[in-house]
Formats: sequence, structure tokens, C-alpha cells
Amino acid sequence: MAVLELRRISKSFGAIRALEAVDLTIGGGEVIGLMGDNGAGKSTLVKIIAGNFPPTSGAMLIDGAEVHFSKPIEARRRGIEIVYQDLALCDNLTAAANVFLGREVKRWFGPIRYLDHKSMYDRTAEIFSELKSETRPRDVVRRMSGGQRQAVAIARTRLSDPKLVLMDEPTAAISVRQVAEVLDLIRRLKETGHAVVLISHRMPDVFAVCERVAVLRRGRKVADKPITDSSPEEVTALITGALHEA
Amino acid sequence: MTESAERRTADVSDVTGQQSEGGLQRIVNTQPFWVLVALIIICIFMGTISDTFLSERNLFTTTRNFAFMAIVALGMTTVIVTGGIDLSVGSVMGLSGIMAGITLAAGYPLWFGLGACLLSAMAAGAVNGFIIAYFRMSPFVVTLGMLAIARSLALVVSNNRMFYEFGPDQPLFLAIGGGRTFGLANPVWALIVLTLIFMWLYRYSTWGRYVFAIGGNYEAAKLSGVPVERVIVSVYVVSSLMAGIASFLMVGWLGSVTNALGQTYELQVIAATVIGGANLMGGSGYAIGAPIGAALVEVIRNSLLLAGVDPYWQGTFLGGFIILAVLLERIRGRRSE
Ligand SMILES: Nc1ncnc2c1ncn2[C@@H]1O[C@H](COP(=O)(O)OP(=O)(O)O)[C@@H](O)[C@H]1O
Ligand SMILES: [Mg+2]
Repeated sequence: MAVLELRRISKSFGAIRALEAVDLTIGGGEVIGLMGDNGAGKSTLVKIIAGNFPPTSGAMLIDGAEVHFSKPIEARRRGIEIVYQDLALCDNLTAAANVFLGREVKRWFGPIRYLDHKSMYDRTAEIFSELKSETRPRDVVRRMSGGQRQAVAIARTRLSDPKLVLMDEPTAAISVRQVAEVLDLIRRLKETGHAVVLISHRMPDVFAVCERVAVLRRGRKVADKPITDSSPEEVTALITGALHEA
Repeated sequence: MTESAERRTADVSDVTGQQSEGGLQRIVNTQPFWVLVALIIICIFMGTISDTFLSERNLFTTTRNFAFMAIVALGMTTVIVTGGIDLSVGSVMGLSGIMAGITLAAGYPLWFGLGACLLSAMAAGAVNGFIIAYFRMSPFVVTLGMLAIARSLALVVSNNRMFYEFGPDQPLFLAIGGGRTFGLANPVWALIVLTLIFMWLYRYSTWGRYVFAIGGNYEAAKLSGVPVERVIVSVYVVSSLMAGIASFLMVGWLGSVTNALGQTYELQVIAATVIGGANLMGGSGYAIGAPIGAALVEVIRNSLLLAGVDPYWQGTFLGGFIILAVLLERIRGRRSE
């Protein structure tokens, strides 16, 4: 059964029609590449899935049942994690504090509940080593490189065992070596049965890890096919509009 | 085997090196540390040129005076860490002080007077916080409004009377605010306990974590499921509560209260807070910065007085300090970028 099914999702921001009747079905453990030019509506689509704002019209189903999210936390509770394009981190906090923000580990001392720093640092270190990132849990995000920030944002999705991970341009601001690590991570997510939606501008990334590619152009889905039936040339043509539909 | 052993030692030295340097570096890098250094230098300097400065009597009054300011600065620090400001603390002191005075004067017991004082303060804070959090209005504007409202309510409630008879519990009330325990003024003890509580809250409570997260990135905190609105309401309630506590102690020390209590106090408190290292842009601040910043403000005020400088200049120094502290923060921030 589909982990997530979108039916005719539309979204308008005032006069701007960011999405128009987009259908998308994501199976369990499936890795989908979502591509499109700037302003095509990719971020808007994943933000709707992640509960940032509701669609103007259309329906969203998880495991076959319709859902309505009014807050990101509700989507998270249903097993959807997202890495935002702008990463959404608190610069003044440590890596570990960011990873656990909103779901801090607490301990009881008599009637008093307090933050369990040690277990949060330990768990964060564990996740970073799984991600093969050099990021240190105690470092403050303000002083981190783009790649380290990316690692923090991705580490956030590893706290729970989500059904679906949405990644909005996770490889846009990082080095070649780190791109390879993110792609490895996506493969590992797939192996462990997690579905992934990868938004990327980088054709090689999408063709390296995705099974399916969907292309948005001006808010409409113009293609949705197995990666083996497509080619970088075709996808490029779809993105630019040289090819209308495939 | 050799390789992994080598790697392990490398890791350990890396980690320990990082930590020992980080530990010291972290303290030295904070503004309260440098303000404390400046404070000590000023105290030594004043001690050598003035016989009275380091006298027990002068130290006693100085510490007591800055205790009131520092207690309010603890709340202000919290507000400023979220990226807000609370201009209404002085007026809230006036209103809550009058509430304490009028209930005690009417013959109610001490606990009732304390309740009236703290609850009226917290109510004003709740109004501030609610409007700021849910209507997304500028904290500057909302608390400026409350500055006028609370002061006017103090006038209305008191009908411009002074209260100096505090009913059956008067001796206890005066002893709490005006007395001393183990050589320190009681307000100083209150400050010590409250500072420890705030240090703990900043470091070990989810609430403290959320306060800093909101100041660091409001949107990110909200997206992460932090109840940003409720936390913002709470910081303004806490700020007003600290003003109420300071006011209760202060009225007991003064032995009387009028609606003018705490007038222009917000200025000193904000000065103490930013000198103590709270960044007006939000996201950083130190509980220990409140007493240290307040101590510096009070010591400089006291030094100028002892040096025979006309008290009319005090506002100039205070204002200059606020601007200077913020300027230093800017420069420091730019350097660490
Ligand atoms: N919060 C918003 N308010 C108004 N317009 C928006 C908002 N978010 C996105 N848009 C508009 O919606 C369109 C799609 O944007 P977006 O989803 O960010 O595109 P992409 O991620 O594919 O580059 C753009 O025209 C953008 O300007
Ligand atoms: Mg985008």
C-alpha cells in the first residue's frame, strides 16, 4: 500500500498558483526524485506534506486514510520527517540541541524533570557517526560549515523511525564528498525500508539514488516515471519546457 | 590493530584538547566574564582612592541596591534572550508595590499582601505576553503601552496616597525587605537564590532551552514543535513576576510605597541586562550576567557619587553604557563571524 498518496493537490498564495492538481503516490521504501525549475512548486509540495500549511484543495492519504495536518508536529507524529531547504536550525544552539529541539530527552530527579544532556550528546554523536559526518554534537551551529549544518538537519530526521523522509535540496550547499555521503545515507534509508522524496537540482544525484522521477513545471506535474525509462536529457527537456509531457 | 590504537589516541587527544580549551575559552569568551574583570578593577581602584568605598557599610548598601535591580534583570535577560524587550518593569513595580501596600494597610496578612503583589504583576505580564505572542505585535510597543497603563493603574488604585502602615504583619514585612541575614541584606539572598534558579532553568529545563531556541530562530523553533506562543507569554509573566518580587522587597526596605515606585527603573535594568551580556537581537544571554551587570551599574553610580560627580549626570552615564554595551556586542559579533 502507498505510504502517501496525494490527490489533486492545489495551492495558491493569493494570486500565485504554486501547485495545480498534483497527484503523487509514494510506495513504502520508494525513493522518488522531485525535479523542476526554481519556483516550480517543489518546496511548496513537500511543505504541504510536512504539515507547514494545508493545500488549497485536494486530499492527502497516509496508509490509505485521509489526513489533515495543521502543524508540522502532526505530520511528524504520523512518521513524516523533513529537511527544509533553508535547514531551519537555531544558530545559537549546539548540534545536539538542534537535533533534539522539540523532543528533548528528560530525566526525573524526584519531582523535577531536567534535560539529559549526556544521552542527547551521545545519541547525536551516534547519528553523526552513522552519517559518517565529522560534526561534533557540542559545537554551536553558528560556527559550522554548510556541510555540517546539512548533517545536523539530516540528523534530526534520524531520531525517530519515520516512514517518509522529505529532503529539500539537501545537496545544494555542500562539498562533493559530502554529497556522496548524503546519497549513501539515502541508500541506507531505502535499505531500511524508509521512503524518501529527494528534491534536487543535480541530475546525477537523482539518477544515482532514485527509482522514480517526478517533474514539476509551473505547479503542474509533467512527468512521473521509473528512472530506467527516462534519461537526464529527457528530464532536462521536461524541466525547461522543451518537452511538454512524458 | 596498531592503526586503530593510533586512531583512538588521536581521537582522545582531539576530544580532550577540544574540551579543556573549550571549557576555559568558553568562559573567557563571555561578556559577564569581562564585565566581572572590569568590576573588580573598578572596586580595587575605588578602594585605594576612597576610604568609604570598601567599608562594610558601603558594601552592604551597594549590594542591597543592586540586588533589586539584578532580580528584575534576571527576568529582563530572559525576555531579551527571546528577542523581546520589557519596558514595563518599572511601572509593574509601582503597581504591584501599591497592591502590596494597600492590602497590608487594610489589615490583611502578609501572605495576602504578597499574593496581591505578585498576582497583579503577573497579570500585567500575561497581558504583555499574550498580545506579543498571539497578535505578533512588537514587544517594544506593547510593553511601552503597559508602562503607561500599569503606572496609571497604580495611581488609580492608590488614589495618589502613600502607604506606610502595613497592618498586623508590618514588622515581618519590614524585616524581610530591610533586614539582614548572616551579614548580607535579605534582598541579596533573594538574588542569590533566584540567580541559581535561573542558571539551572537556562541549562537544564526544556523551558530554558525553548527560550534560547526562540531567540535563535523563531521559525525553526516553531517548525520543531516548540510551543513558541506559550513560551513567549511565560517569559513576560516571569519578567513581571521578578519585578513584583523586587517591588515587594523594596517596599519592605523603604518602609513606604507611593505610585512612583520604580519610575524609570526599566532603564537601569535594561542597562544591567545588556552589560551582563544579553544580546538585544535575541538568542544569547546569561543568568549570571544579570547580577554582574547590575553590580557594575550600581558600582559606577556609587563611585561617581563618592567622587563628588553631580547626580544629574547619572542618566548620561546610564544611557552611554547601554549604547556602549550594544556597540561592543556588535563588534564582538562581527569578529566571531
Ligand atoms: N509562503 C509563500 N507566500 C507566497 N508565495 C509563495 C510562498 N511560498 C512559495 N511561494 C511561491 O510559490 C511558487 C513555488 O515556490 P517553491 O515551492 O518555493 O518553488 P521551488 O521550491 O520549486 O523552487 C513560487 O512562485 C513562489 O514565489
Ligand atoms: Mg525550493
